[in-house]
Amino acid sequence: MTEVSVAKVDAAATGDLVVLKNVDKHFGALHVLQDIDLTITRGEVVVVIGPSGSGKSTLCRTINRLETIDSGTITIDGKPLPQEGKELARLRADVGMVFQSFNLFAHKTVLENVMLGQIKVRKADKKKAEEKARSLLDRVGVASQAEKYPAQLSGGQQQRVAIARALAMDPKVMLFDEPTSALDPEMINEVLEVMQQLARDGMTMIVVTHEMGFARSAANRVVFMADGKIVEEAVPDQFFSNPRSDRAKDFLSKILHH
Amino acid sequence: MFDFLSDYDDPTLLGAFWVTIKLTLFSGVGSLVWGTLLAAMRVSPVPLMRGFATVYVNVVRNIPLTVIILFTSLGLADIFGVTMGSDIFKTRDFRLAVLGLVAYTAAFVCEAIRSGINTVPLGQAEAARAIGLNFTQTLRLIVLPQAFRAVIGPLANVLIALTKNTTVAAAIGVAEAALLMKEMIENEAQTVLIAAVFAFGFVVLTLPTGLFLGWLSKRLAVKR
Repeated sequence: MTEVSVAKVDAAATGDLVVLKNVDKHFGALHVLQDIDLTITRGEVVVVIGPSGSGKSTLCRTINRLETIDSGTITIDGKPLPQEGKELARLRADVGMVFQSFNLFAHKTVLENVMLGQIKVRKADKKKAEEKARSLLDRVGVASQAEKYPAQLSGGQQQRVAIARALAMDPKVMLFDEPTSALDPEMINEVLEVMQQLARDGMTMIVVTHEMGFARSAANRVVFMADGKIVEEAVPDQFFSNPRSDRAKDFLSKILHH
Repeated sequence: MFDFLSDYDDPTLLGAFWVTIKLTLFSGVGSLVWGTLLAAMRVSPVPLMRGFATVYVNVVRNIPLTVIILFTSLGLADIFGVTMGSDIFKTRDFRLAVLGLVAYTAAFVCEAIRSGINTVPLGQAEAARAIGLNFTQTLRLIVLPQAFRAVIGPLANVLIALTKNTTVAAAIGVAEAALLMKEMIENEAQTVLIAAVFAFGFVVLTLPTGLFLGWLSKRLAVKR
């Protein structure tokens, strides 16, 4: 993927792809995101971890504005997130998203799922879209399932199709909102392997997950969230072997020792 | 015993039921289109559209159909001069009846489709928006196709009710089955037999509709 073009000199120069500044959000009385500052540079893989209810999924969903924010700014590739409308739709096409519950279009075949965005949003012609869809399905290892409906696939296969569907839009950044949390244990690895491959290929990724193994092996940086705040940011080795904050120590002690 | 049936030739028994079928088909297609638009308005992000559709549905479905049909003729046509593009009374009244039936039935179609929209998981719309589809595309390509499949059963109910509701068009003189029945009952002695003939006629129309749509509903169900 060659993505640094002359037109994008400004953003490319700084290398900052996704920038969150002073982001605040409430769900009623719950202050779910508190003054979040986070910068993700091009090609970086950032893993967000933290206890349930810490706001990490919400953070992920604010980046393509599936959740609105109360105050602060979010910019993607130098452009602030627009209001709901054409502009926002265009921006969302550049931000791939993978959901915990896969959310494949239930009335369309696997192949149609991966072709739809290319045809309706990117205005690609049908033949090219199908070619690309098939090659992406091959890349995530489900090419043989192309004509089936999502309900006929296993969870792991569905999630890999969902990744292919997002990749079909040639996104600048991929958001993963707990992609393996709804999977049977034996299917988690097949999804993580696809994600690891993506990371190696230089895709910019923001991954909310409970998979510490993935965080260790694929992340450039770990962001630890608790109670709506970013408590700690560090490279994985440092975070897992030598966390600075008490909250992170407490969290890691609970998940790593059994 | 059935001799009297052949005494009527304007319209004939079959001719009258043909008008019933035409009323049902035109009103059915019209109310499906208008009802879908209303449902789209009811879930749209624009408050004005939501408000309009909500008020429309709640007003129209609570007015007796007879009042609506009479209003199209006595109100729209006689007072406001709406001719529906025809000076021939027969054509005008038929079209007015279709208009009234569409206006009324669409409220029920809208609510059936809206309940179908509620069966589509929120994640489907989120995934659609996440790949860059706009509101209309999300509704048209992802949500409505799944919603329709979920409500074929309820829509069959609406269609069957509509078929029977076309009899109200007799109130403004549309020569459909019920008007002929009334005429026969006035002229003939075999009232029970007449009622049975017309009842049978309606069952012949509605029973296959219900069975076919029930089969279709199972066949097209979205597996999750």
